[in-house]
Amino acid sequence: MDKPLLNVENLSVSFDTPKGVVEAVRGISFQVGQERLGIVGESGSGKSQTGRAILGLTPGRVEADRIEFDGINLHKAPARTIRAIRGRRISMIMQDPRYSLNPVMTVGWQIAEAYRVHTNATKREAKQHALDMLTTVRIREPEKVYGLYPHQVSGGMGQRIMIAMMLIPGPDLIIADEPTSALDVTVQLQVLAILDDMVRDRGMGLIFISHDLHLVSSFCDRILVMYGGQIMEVLEAGALDQAEHPYTKGLLNCLPDIDRQQGTLPVLRRDDAWMNRKGGAGGDVP
Amino acid sequence: MIKVENLDITFGGGAQRVHAVRDVSFTVASGESFGLVGESGSGKSTVLRAIAGLTPGWRGTMTVAGQTLSQRRDRAFHKQLQMVFQDPYGSLHPRHTVNDILKEPLVIHRMDDGERRILRALDEVGLGPAYRFRYPHQLSGGQRQRIAIARALILDPKIVLLDEPTSALDVSVQAEILNLLSRLAREHDLTYIMVSHDLAIVAHLCSRIAVMNRGAFIEEMSDEQLRTGTPEHGYTRQLLVASKGYDRAAIDQFVEFD
Ligand SMILES: Nc1ncnc2c1ncn2[C@@H]1O[C@H](COP(=O)(O)OP(=O)(O)OP(=O)(O)O)[C@@H](O)[C@H]1O
Ligand SMILES: Nc1ncnc2c1ncn2[C@@H]1O[C@H](COP(=O)(O)OP(=O)(O)OP(=O)(O)O)[C@@H](O)[C@H]1O
Ligand SMILES: [Mg+2]
Ligand SMILES: [Mg+2]
Repeated sequence: MDKPLLNVENLSVSFDTPKGVVEAVRGISFQVGQERLGIVGESGSGKSQTGRAILGLTPGRVEADRIEFDGINLHKAPARTIRAIRGRRISMIMQDPRYSLNPVMTVGWQIAEAYRVHTNATKREAKQHALDMLTTVRIREPEKVYGLYPHQVSGGMGQRIMIAMMLIPGPDLIIADEPTSALDVTVQLQVLAILDDMVRDRGMGLIFISHDLHLVSSFCDRILVMYGGQIMEVLEAGALDQAEHPYTKGLLNCLPDIDRQQGTLPVLRRDDAWMNRKGGAGGDVP
Repeated sequence: MIKVENLDITFGGGAQRVHAVRDVSFTVASGESFGLVGESGSGKSTVLRAIAGLTPGWRGTMTVAGQTLSQRRDRAFHKQLQMVFQDPYGSLHPRHTVNDILKEPLVIHRMDDGERRILRALDEVGLGPAYRFRYPHQLSGGQRQRIAIARALILDPKIVLLDEPTSALDVSVQAEILNLLSRLAREHDLTYIMVSHDLAIVAHLCSRIAVMNRGAFIEEMSDEQLRTGTPEHGYTRQLLVASKGYDRAAIDQFVEFD
């Protein structure tokens, strides 16, 4: 693959708390090309903080040798540069959709506004564009939904509205944090197909954060497996069943299997030795 | 334990009118786990919220533990029926610590032994006492959902309505929570209604499963029928295909069902 879109070297995120320093991300390195890169790992392993640190959206302390996007080191860039890139060239779909929508504005207005701040469109054009985008993310009766407030839409609709807002400026890189976890399986796949098209047709890069191992394995090109703020292994996505690391195997074992009746599900047995990796190996674009 | 007959719910009026639940009827026996699946926006949460007394203006008849429900619910009702919400962000007060969140129902219901109950609830959802004085923003998504589950269980309810209880959790915690829910159901003879879009989870925890589409029940089946892939309705079969993972060719074949 050619030059990566994003090159992250030795990224750490930490928080000072009354109980001491929480090291959420510990010196990880990876690259993202025009591909679908999955990040999986257990809760608290640092997936969201990794995504947020790229755009300077974490309240934690970020350290890195470089976070390079299109020749710009985001880690050292002035706030003005980051603001210009955020939303327009790199979009982040947050894990907590309704949290990030303004509760007192209709969802349609919010999507239209997201379009207007990045273009010189008129109000009418923006509204039409927003309606088209609602259709693209498979919202039924977009005209009706346009006028609803965030508390009036279902969980899965809220997620698609967030996705519509993030797609509307046509970004080069999307960081999608559990973007489809509230969607039923058919809509989930249809929404992923939209992201897939944008990767294929427009050469976009996608960082797809999810705890759904089977989904990531069937959808992404590569997978980073995170544990304790570190990268345990990097896998070709189709090869999840050939995972080597006991952590990855443990995660796969935890999944209920629709094909058979199980009593108690196996749970993960963590091993202290997993925490001793230095530098979060791997993650290069092949 | 739960009997719902001809439940019908509409929101708004005029152009904004949404017919969210259409003439839904079902029963759940004591100690049974009943699953609800279906597409996004099909009315699953609304059904649960109506039973919990959070959606005013419903029509139909609902009976819980022998009592016919009116639009309003009293304190005793909430002690025996609790709900875990789909959205762990909206449902935890941002300025309350975990301790405050867990203590609130105990205070409302004048339960004694608060200290022990709080520590036990934290332990049961796999979080130690170290999390007791954290605020929601200091927790990961999965940790927040575990607090929401702990809050629902702390009053020892008989019925728990679970709205996507594990969709914000990673698979390892999900397995722990599913094991926990199974164990609690056995030990305390709990009755569950669980909404999930993950068919494997529903088949794992529930013995009967209803499929919703556009506000209506289109099919009810056993876990065995779901497992052996023999549902009757085309929509349910499409759900099963979709649950096998991302397959572009299959997705392009998806159709809408009315
Ligand atoms: N503001 C904060 N203060 C202290 N610790 C924090 C803060 N925000 C996050 N953390 C901690 O950082 C770690 C990584 O959190 P992160 O949100 O990246 O996890 P995650 O992998 O996205 O988990 P999930 O799958 O549950 O969303 C967690 O242990 C979390 O408790
Ligand atoms: N307070 C409300 N005002 C207006 N419409 C509402 C309200 N609450 C829900 N609705 C509408 O009712 C329908 C059903 O919503 P509900 O939340 O029950 O769906 P759901 O099946 O739980 O979906 P999801 O899987 O996405 O959570 C949706 O069309 C939604 O927009
Ligand atoms: Mg996260
Ligand atoms: Mg819902």
